[in-house]
Amino acid sequence: MITAERKPLEELIEYIKPFKRILLLGCNECVTVCAAGGRKEVGLLASGLQMAMLKSGSNIDIRQHTLERQCDPEYVEELVPMLDGAEAIMSMACGCGVQQLAMRFKDKPVFPAVNTKFMGASERQGVWAERCQGCGNCMLGMTGGICPIARCAKQLMNGPCGGSTGGHCEISEDVDCAWQLIWDRLKALGQTDRYLENMPAKDWRPGGGSGPRKIIREDLAE
Amino acid sequence: MMENFEPVIVAFCCHYCAYTAADMAGSQRLPYPANVKIIRVPCSGKVDALHIVKAFEKGADGVYVAGCLEGDCHFKSGNTRAGRRVAYVKKYLEEIGIESERLEMVTMSAGMGYRFAQTATEITEKIRKLGPSPIKTALAL
Repeated sequence: MITAERKPLEELIEYIKPFKRILLLGCNECVTVCAAGGRKEVGLLASGLQMAMLKSGSNIDIRQHTLERQCDPEYVEELVPMLDGAEAIMSMACGCGVQQLAMRFKDKPVFPAVNTKFMGASERQGVWAERCQGCGNCMLGMTGGICPIARCAKQLMNGPCGGSTGGHCEISEDVDCAWQLIWDRLKALGQTDRYLENMPAKDWRPGGGSGPRKIIREDLAE
Repeated sequence: MMENFEPVIVAFCCHYCAYTAADMAGSQRLPYPANVKIIRVPCSGKVDALHIVKAFEKGADGVYVAGCLEGDCHFKSGNTRAGRRVAYVKKYLEEIGIESERLEMVTMSAGMGYRFAQTATEITEKIRKLGPSPIKTALAL
């Protein structure tokens, strides 16, 4: 899922200072899973902001709502009757959701409440690690299910590099060497000949190298 | 105003240990300050960050979460989770501008009536010295 982390409170206070009533919106998908912007976090943030503003003598009305998703216009449309005099919207969703809101409600300032981080998976409760960078041409079948784009600091196609030490990347002891992991996995799968196949230099065009990407499904798009 | 200040303290007490200890303090006739308002929860791990933050939002001067002793949680690890959550909320309180000393995690066993009374007294005094919560002051204005 897409992971995110809440922005520091002082930054958020700067955003909402000029307003008397705002709508704080959560998202029930990715940011809920990584405990950054779900219904509970909306409650926590609204309470914290209210108290911080109260302390500095200003009163602000923070309306709270959580949408199923903010990246689909059908869900964003549900907000229309709820706007009710809100002067600005603060979204706890990932960047996709924030932009979708801004596109729909052109007359209202829209602010992000979280910093969107990466596409990742849970390693264990409370720990999420980067797994995918959306390179557009998935090669996981060749690398035993470990991604050298997302997990190798140099995004090598034919690793490891000379910096791989004790199974760790030279950048930090906390980072596994992706190619060590790949080799171990290929060995366990009995697919070590895959390692000998030289992978050509990556064509980055499907990976964002030729500009913002779009998918159009002719069977679905009207 | 400072002289008449009576702190309002919310104590989330787990049913199996802390609440029973409070009950024990009562049967042993051990006095503790009436400033402490007890909220019984099935386990200290049931207390959510939002419960704590809302207590402060409504003007509580101090909050503490009382659970079972380390290793003795009736639900295995609820008290450890509560401890971690309390630490997390303490940091959030500092961000908001509320002194993190106003929130505490304590542990005790069901038979420790004296410990419940002692903790309640100590925390009340600590909060009394800290003064009214900045939120309570702002709400009063």
